[in-house]
Amino acid sequence: MEQRAAPIRVLIAKPGLDGHDRGAKVVALALRQAGFEVIYTGLHQTVEQIVEAAVQEDVAVLGLSVLSGAHLPIAEKLMARLREFGFRPLVVLGGNIPGRDLEALTGLGVDGVFPTGSRFEDLVAFIHQRAQVGSAVEGGGRRR
Amino acid sequence: MSDRLEQLTLESGISVKPVFGPEDLAGIDLQGDIGLPGQYPFTRGIHPLMYRARPYTMRQYAGFGTPEETNQRFKFLIEQGQNALNVAFDLPTQMGLDSSDPLAEGEVGRVGMAVDTLADMELAFEDIPLDRISVSLTINAVAAPIMAMYFVVAEKHGVPLAEVRGTAQNDILKEYIGRGAWIFPAGPAVRLIGDTIEFCSRHAPKYYPVSVCGYHIRESGANPVQEIAYAFCIAREYVREGMRRGLGVDDFAGRISFNFDIHGNLFEQVAKFRAARRLWARIMVDEFAAEDPDSMKLKMIAGGGGGGLTIEQPENNIVRGAYYALISALSGAQTMALCSYDEAYTIPSEKAALISLRTMQILVEEMGLRDTVDPLGGSYYVEWLTSQMEQRILLEIQRVDESWGGIVRAVEAGLAQQEVAHQAWQYEQGIQDGSISKVGVNRYRMEEERREIELHPYRPEQAEESIRRTAQVKAERDAGKVELALQRLGQVAASGENIMPATIEAVRAYATLGEMTATLKQVFGAFKEPLAL
Repeated sequence: MEQRAAPIRVLIAKPGLDGHDRGAKVVALALRQAGFEVIYTGLHQTVEQIVEAAVQEDVAVLGLSVLSGAHLPIAEKLMARLREFGFRPLVVLGGNIPGRDLEALTGLGVDGVFPTGSRFEDLVAFIHQRAQVGSAVEGGGRRR
Repeated sequence: MSDRLEQLTLESGISVKPVFGPEDLAGIDLQGDIGLPGQYPFTRGIHPLMYRARPYTMRQYAGFGTPEETNQRFKFLIEQGQNALNVAFDLPTQMGLDSSDPLAEGEVGRVGMAVDTLADMELAFEDIPLDRISVSLTINAVAAPIMAMYFVVAEKHGVPLAEVRGTAQNDILKEYIGRGAWIFPAGPAVRLIGDTIEFCSRHAPKYYPVSVCGYHIRESGANPVQEIAYAFCIAREYVREGMRRGLGVDDFAGRISFNFDIHGNLFEQVAKFRAARRLWARIMVDEFAAEDPDSMKLKMIAGGGGGGLTIEQPENNIVRGAYYALISALSGAQTMALCSYDEAYTIPSEKAALISLRTMQILVEEMGLRDTVDPLGGSYYVEWLTSQMEQRILLEIQRVDESWGGIVRAVEAGLAQQEVAHQAWQYEQGIQDGSISKVGVNRYRMEEERREIELHPYRPEQAEESIRRTAQVKAERDAGKVELALQRLGQVAASGENIMPATIEAVRAYATLGEMTATLKQVFGAFKEPLAL
């Protein structure tokens, strides 16, 4: 039987009260199309809820969509919370992120920032390159 | 391009020929389908003279920070000739949370003004002539308490309930599809809308209690046909809810207005609006047996949508805005608004908001858009396209009714959300592979350094100001009275009586929005978001 790696699990999360989820859903669908296993949190999530879901689902990638302008405080809180849990997926941020905040976000430990206008292929390549993939599973794994 | 010669398909799936002629009008009844402006089925406009008699209302969305800051922006816009206001509320307010709520942290005053109590609304409208300026409240899940606050403020300005004018967005069903500011499950949420419709019909007859929004559905990814179809399904739900209260359709249907989106193909949008007017008139007569022409008239704000704007080369958005305004005027919208050129990434700066206002003013003052009604009426192409759009909207409505079991079930099960999200994804693929043209993005792109965008400044202190003001209000109010009012609100929510009188009493007692929402949530529960993609 052919050996295949289990698909990389990604959690797409929408922190805060903002309800504009077009970007989050579009990215989720694009990643699913690219072969990832994608879980979506839904709206109005606290950082605590997001980290809990990420741990529970044991995801390799945690993607956040932030359009409200609150990306810095959210990232700070998120990274601190992940440290508390000793859980460290690849953390990727998308949305309305001005260039001048990239350094600050990287400084906080965010692995990749994909602002509005980024291309799916770049995001997919970044995840393939950087995500820690779990042990390969025989016989197709959880691919669907 | 050679392939354009062979096949050209609009976003709505309609194929367009290179040339249209008289033969394309076959099957269109010049009287029954097109007729005259101001006459059924209102294809050409809901008034006989349209802008010739009165230009469109210009209503820019505004509001941020504290009520004082919002009050200043309102005054600025009025001084610049804007004749109506559209109030933006911050996310905690939209979600029924007080500024002091832990979930509101970092969000107070960020995307709109923060309102905890009546005191905030009093400040926001200080010295604004509410008898002359019509105010639109962009609020949905907590529309009932915010409307109640507005009514009390208007009364304090000497405008009694029977005379109060304005609009509340108050369209919860679209929030489940796009925008996402929902709190309660769909059932009780629609009941609240019925309560506001019934209350206004009986006590505030000049007020528009609901503005049904195709706008946000389109912004979330729906095509122009779905934008109108889903909005009409939602509006029909509210009409049925009003009729369940024992109201006659003509008692309230004329006070339901619409909010639609403009971006994309110019002719497709114009045809969309003409088709929507005709179909809405027919639905009101055929399905609801409306007799008063006012119930049949589709009253709309049609605004330039943020979805068409780009973060790349943002000045191009000024040009896009001008075309969107042109489309709105060619479509016969009663009210116009434009997303500003910086609105792809931030709350508009004062400069950007002013350019939007001037765009609409230039159109009406300089370009002859007021001269004659429905200037595209009678065009072979536009009339043909109008009929095509009407047929497709009708089919989509039937699909919602028959395959999805109606729009309420469709949003509860996530069917509408899924449909719209998949379209958004396909659209984005089209942008990325260049099959959908976007200037500055996939055409004439300039590989410059990523430009610095100016975001609307956020002052964290405004949260403290808001929390402090509410603490003071709480210290000064009659706590016993508040407790009784909230108890009464909970009883009414549970019993099914109209929520509005008890809400107004709670507002007068300076109960906070958070207190009122928590009371309702205890009775109604929370919406469970369907998460399937």
